[in-house]
This record gives sequence, structure tokens and C-alpha cells, in this order.
Amino acid sequence: MRGSPAVLSVRGATKRFGGLVAVDRLDFEVGEHEVMGLIGPNGSGKTTMMNLISGALKPSAGTIALKGARISGLPAQEINRRGVARTFQLVRLLPSLSVLENVVAGAVFGHRRRWGREASAHAHRMLERVGLEAVAHAPVSQLTYIDQKRLELARVLASEPDLLLLDEWLAGLNPTELETGIALIRDLRAEGRTIILVEHVMDAIRSLCDRCVVMASGRKIAEGTPDDVLADREVIRAYLGDDDA
Amino acid sequence: MDILIAGLLLGGTYALIAMGLNLQYGVARIMNLANGELLVAGGFAAFWVYTSGQVSPLAAILLVAPAAFVLNWLIYRIMLRPLVGRAKSRGQLEVDSILATFGLSFILVGVMLAIFGGDYFSYSYLATPVSLFGSNFGLNRVVAFLMASLIALALFLWLNLTRPGMAIRAVSVSPESARLVGIDVRRLSALAFALGGAVTAVGGALISTFLTLDASIGILFTMKALIIVIMGGVGDIRGTIVAALILGLAETLVATVIDPGLTLAAAYLMFILILLFRPQGLFGRRTL
Amino acid sequence: MSQAEVRNLLVAAALLGLAALLPLTGDGYYIALGVTIAMYTVLATSWALFSGPTHYISLATAAFYGLGTYTVALGIDVVPYWLLLVIALVVGAVAAGLVGLATLRLSGVYFVIFTLGLAEMIRQVVTWVQNNFAGHRGLYVLTDITEEVIYWELLGLAALVFLAGWLINRSRLGFALRIIGNDEVVAAHSGINTARAKVLLFMVSGGVAAVVGALLAPRWTYIEPSLAFTPLISFTVVIMALLGGAGRLWGPVIGVVPFAILWEITSAQFPNQRSLLLGIAFLLIVYAIPNGIIGRVEDVVRRVRQRRQA
Repeated sequence: MRGSPAVLSVRGATKRFGGLVAVDRLDFEVGEHEVMGLIGPNGSGKTTMMNLISGALKPSAGTIALKGARISGLPAQEINRRGVARTFQLVRLLPSLSVLENVVAGAVFGHRRRWGREASAHAHRMLERVGLEAVAHAPVSQLTYIDQKRLELARVLASEPDLLLLDEWLAGLNPTELETGIALIRDLRAEGRTIILVEHVMDAIRSLCDRCVVMASGRKIAEGTPDDVLADREVIRAYLGDDDA
Repeated sequence: MDILIAGLLLGGTYALIAMGLNLQYGVARIMNLANGELLVAGGFAAFWVYTSGQVSPLAAILLVAPAAFVLNWLIYRIMLRPLVGRAKSRGQLEVDSILATFGLSFILVGVMLAIFGGDYFSYSYLATPVSLFGSNFGLNRVVAFLMASLIALALFLWLNLTRPGMAIRAVSVSPESARLVGIDVRRLSALAFALGGAVTAVGGALISTFLTLDASIGILFTMKALIIVIMGGVGDIRGTIVAALILGLAETLVATVIDPGLTLAAAYLMFILILLFRPQGLFGRRTL
Repeated sequence: MSQAEVRNLLVAAALLGLAALLPLTGDGYYIALGVTIAMYTVLATSWALFSGPTHYISLATAAFYGLGTYTVALGIDVVPYWLLLVIALVVGAVAAGLVGLATLRLSGVYFVIFTLGLAEMIRQVVTWVQNNFAGHRGLYVLTDITEEVIYWELLGLAALVFLAGWLINRSRLGFALRIIGNDEVVAAHSGINTARAKVLLFMVSGGVAAVVGALLAPRWTYIEPSLAFTPLISFTVVIMALLGGAGRLWGPVIGVVPFAILWEITSAQFPNQRSLLLGIAFLLIVYAIPNGIIGRVEDVVRRVRQRRQA
């Protein structure tokens, strides 16, 4: 099907919380340079799946492998060092550090380790990349919402990850900010980055994703190109309920 | 065998104290380090009532419980509510409330020292031995155990069968979701905190019937209550009761067989084991 | 090093030199007070090295301090004194390592509670061992180390602690701890081994506390467990560090000096009110000055600077 080797390979990933099965035997692969959308109605288990990949949670069953090497079950810091970086649904910044330091934080301990002047220079480049160079020395508390998201993205990019996880990164943005945000991700895609996108903004999914996996109640119910899956009856039923299918 | 009974008797009374803390931490999310001092205050009140008016400490409970309820409610409103408001995260709130209640505990000790002096106090109430399963136990311990069990049962039923009780349990599981279904989390947190304080003070009154207390012993009880709550699992009453019984047994065992001076070390050992192997406690839910 | 850093270093050295002159006054009362202040400066500063950035409130200082005192008490007749200091350092660090490994993986609350009773628990165990195996309750420490010597030793240790703190702040470990203190989830997801970083720094503060205990041991001729393991030390160290401000290396010192003096006065005049003093101090820290005196001062400075720019 695709010639490029899989960056991420998920086989039978399952996560149980007591009696609740949040993720149910999920299988999918993400190839290199691919932008994959992980979509589904609220509560379908998308963020849980992201947590399984990033190491915030350990899978109850199944395996997750990064470039052939197993990462499921490893602690989050180890997974990050292997090349996976993520943003969070509710933006997580480091409030007592400066904007620049927030980005440096991503560059020091992870996938590519830098320190001192080299790290600062690298961080400046990342800030330029996301368009925040102007506020490099401002306190974090003064940033606008879209800027906070850009900062988190810069921190994530600073570690030069092989796989980028964006967890509802476009959520909560007004139309202008949304355009800027989508453009930024499009640039990342043009760079050839491998990205998994959890999103609810359908326009973004359509314009950014090569492929989509649709989840509902923890299970995969469809997989394919955005146009295909968004026309799929099962998918429509999952989002809107039986009456409108 | 008598170790078993003695341990259970002790543990039963511990359970009441720990339940108070469980309500305060599990629901109001306040780790109340002044808990032990409130216990001692309850004990003092019973002592004072008994020695000056010859009134049974059991009757003193009728006085102690509402007074403690009001006092704790005030503490929550005046001291702790501002912290809840300004805490940016749950961790921050916990640290702030620990420091604040720790400060409160010192102030309470200071106040009690000023009022009652530094001496130990105890009184003899129902100190006659009663025979159970072939060994002798103080009647006061048995009565305290029965009262504690009664109150614990009442509390358990109230939490599980009444609407406010269920609301409180909802808040302890998830304050955000509770808010979404229309529960006034702030008011209920205050209620739970006040109730927890009342339960603790009653426990103190009961304990004073068979233990010697002084103004500065509170922190020891706080430690034990904390260990019990964490061992049993935060928010779950059943866990607290089981853990308290285990602690009572362990303490009695160690005191009888090894050395009475090692009771805290024994409690600690159990604490370490739980932290290492099952940090969510016996009945607790593992948080993400 | 930048010009500001050189200036700070010179100021620090000057202050240290000035402080070293105290024993020359010959006044026993002031020397004793100086020892107390120096001791708490070291304890509070090393406490803040860990608890400052991570916001984990450690109440274990008394336990490590007691271990250090006991190391000297046990070995004074057998092993040279300087070696005992090294052993104390190791003992304190190892103990801190064990406590850290057990509790730092969990949330801050469990850590506080565990450290709260640690000193008491160790005291109980040591008492039991002494009573049942050593035959006597206390140990004699007979040396000719004077108060002045202790004072200078503490000053030397203080200098070392400040140096260590300065180096750590500039290092990756220090950066990692600041990140952990801000958001532990982000720290883990940025590749930081949070448990290891926390334990390492906790070991530093534990080791230092033990050395302080060892240095102070010669002050007492007869050491009992209840003398060596006083939980009060933990509480006063926390208050002093937070009062001054745990966010800066030289914050705790600013809390130590006034509080130590206040404590002296209270202990002498109103001994029963010491508990009240502690309580009021804690409440002050939580409600009025959460970032310590340093924090307040920096707030004011920042506001003045902003107003000037506007």
C-alpha cells in the first residue's frame, strides 16, 4: 500500500479503567511524513489513545511500537527521548519560566539534547518558526490564547520529534486564529513531519490529513481518507445519532 | 485472642476519627493537619464536662458534636475557602491547606496550653473490667467501641441512603462532574468539612474515656488518622474502617508482644508498605 | 561569569568574612545565638534547594539531623571526627534516598505526611534499640570542640551550600527541578526522569542536614534520642525558609535571622507561647506572603519598574 515504513504501529491497544473500556483493541499504523487524523465523537477514547502513545498511561493490553521498537509500557520520559512529543488538550505551559525558557525546556532533556547557548539559539529558531519571536522575553502570563498554543508547539518542536501528537490543538480558537493555526500545521506537514492530529474541526481534518481513523466508544469504526470516512454511514451515525444517518 | 479483641476495640475508635478526616480530605479536598487537635479539644470538652458537672461523656457528645460542627464550618469558610478560590491546581490547594491547617494546629495547641496547661489529663469513667471471651477489658473501651460503631453505621447509612449523603459522595468522586449535575460543591464541601470535624471531636470525647490526653498529643492522632485514611483509600468509608481496625490490631500486637514504645513505628511500617505497593489504598481508585 | 554575578560573589564573600568575626567579641550569648543562626541558615538553605523548585514540603529535616548527631555520638570514641562528618553525610544522603524513592513517585501530600512522622518514628526505633540492646539510653560525647569552632565550621558549610546551590541552579538538574515544580506532566513529557531528579536533590539536602547534626553534636555532652530527634527543627526550618522565600538561593537566610531572634525572645519570655508563634508564622506564610519576604520585595520592585516604564 505505502512504500514508507511505519513510524508508529498500534496493535490491539486496549485501556480499561475498572469496568470501563476506554480504548478497545485499536489497530492502526502511521507512515512516515503522514498526517493522520484521529477523530470521533466526545468520549470515544481519542485522548486516551494519545495518552497511551505518549506514555501518560500504560495500555492494559496490546502493543505500541515506534519505528519497530516497542514503546508501550515505557515511562513518558523514555518515550519522549525516543522521539515522541505532544501537546495537551488544555495548554500546559511552565508559568514561572520565561517564554524562551519554556521552549528551551523541550530541547534539553528529550530526543535531541542541547544545553547552554546552543539550546537558546535553537529555542529562538523555534520561536521564529511559530511566529513568537517578538515575545521571546515576555512573561508567560501575558500571552494570548493562540500565542500560548504556539508556545506549547514551539516547546514540542524543540525536541525535534519523529512523531508529533497534537491533542485538539485547534480547539477554542476564533476564526482568525484558526486560520493561522491551520496554516502553521500545514507548514509542518510541508516540512515532512509525521503527525497524529486529534481534532473536532472538520475543515482542518479535511485540509490537513492524509488519512483518518475514526473512533467510537473506544473502537475503530472507520479508516481511510477524510472524504471517505466523513461520508461513511457508521461515522455519521456515531456523531449524530441514528435518526440523521 | 485478647490481643485481637483489644486491637479491634482500639481500631473501632480510631475508625471514627479517621472517618472525620476522610470526609474532610475526600470531599472538601483539605488535608486537615489540625485534625488531631480537634480530637484533643473534643476530649478536653468531655473531661471538663465530666469533672465539673459529673455528666457522662456520652452525653457530652450532644454538646461536643454541634459545637465542633460550627467551629469547623467557620474554619472552612474563613480560613480554607479563600485557599480553594485562589489555588490554581489541586496540588497547590493541598500544599496550601497543609501549611494552613498545620499553622492552625499550632495555634490550637497554644490556646489549649493557655487554657488547660501542659499537664496530662484523664478521668475514670466506666473503668470497670468487663469479661469478653474469657479476658478482661475496660468497660469504657467497649462502650467507646459500641458508640463508635453506632455513629459509623449511622454515617454510612446517611451517606448511602440520603440525598445529601449521595451528593457528598458524588463530590468526593469528582467535583467537576458533581457541579455539572447541579450539586452546590462549595456548600457541600463546607458541610463535609464541618461534619468531619464533628465526627472527629466526638471520637475525641470517646477516646478520652480510656486514654490519657494532653494539649500536645494531637499530632500523634493526626498522623494515625492520616495513615488510616491513605491506607484505606481516600473517599471510601469502608476502607477507612478496615484500615483503622488493622491499625488498631497492629498497634496492640506490637505493644503487647514487642514494646509499647514502638506503636508509631508499627503504623509507619504499614504506611511505607502501602505507599510502596498500593498507594491508592486498599479500597481506593487509582487516579490517572 | 557576568559582572552582576561577580559582584554578588564579592558581596557574599564580604558578608561571610564579616560573620566570621563574631566569635572575636568573646560574648558567649551572642556566639551561641550565632551558632543557632548559622545552623538554621545551612538547614534552611539546603532545604530550599529541594523544596523551593519542586514545592514538595519536606518535614524530614529533623530526622536527617538526628541521624547525623547520632552518627557522631556512636562513633566519637572510635573514629576521627572529620571522618564522622563524612559518614554522617553519607548516612543522611542514603536515608534521604530511601525516603525519596519510596515517596517521591507519589503526590506531594503523601510526601509531607510521610516526612511529618519520620523523625518521631526513628526516635522510637533508636530508643527501643538503645533500651534493649545497648543497655543505656544515652551516649556520652566528650570533646574539646568549642562553640567558636562549631560556629566557623557552620559558616564554612554555609559557604559550601551556597556554592552548591549556585552551581545546581545553573545546571541541567536545577533546570529540570524548576520544570518539575511548574508542571510535572510536562517535565515527564519533555524527557525528564522526574523521580531521579527529585531523589538526587533530596539526597543533597538530606546529607547536608545530617552533617549539620554531626557538627552540632559536640555541643551536648550527653545525647539521648529525644534530644537528637526533635521534630521542632523540621517545623522551624520550613517556616524560616518560606518566610524568607524559597525561590531564591539567599531567600531563606532573610527568614532565618529575624525568626531565630524572635524565637529566642519568645522562648525566654513566653515559653508557653512558642506554639502560637509557630502557628502564626505558618498562617502568615500561607495568607500574607506566599512567596516569602523576597517574593514581596520582588513584587514591589517589579511594580515600580512597570510604573516607571508606563
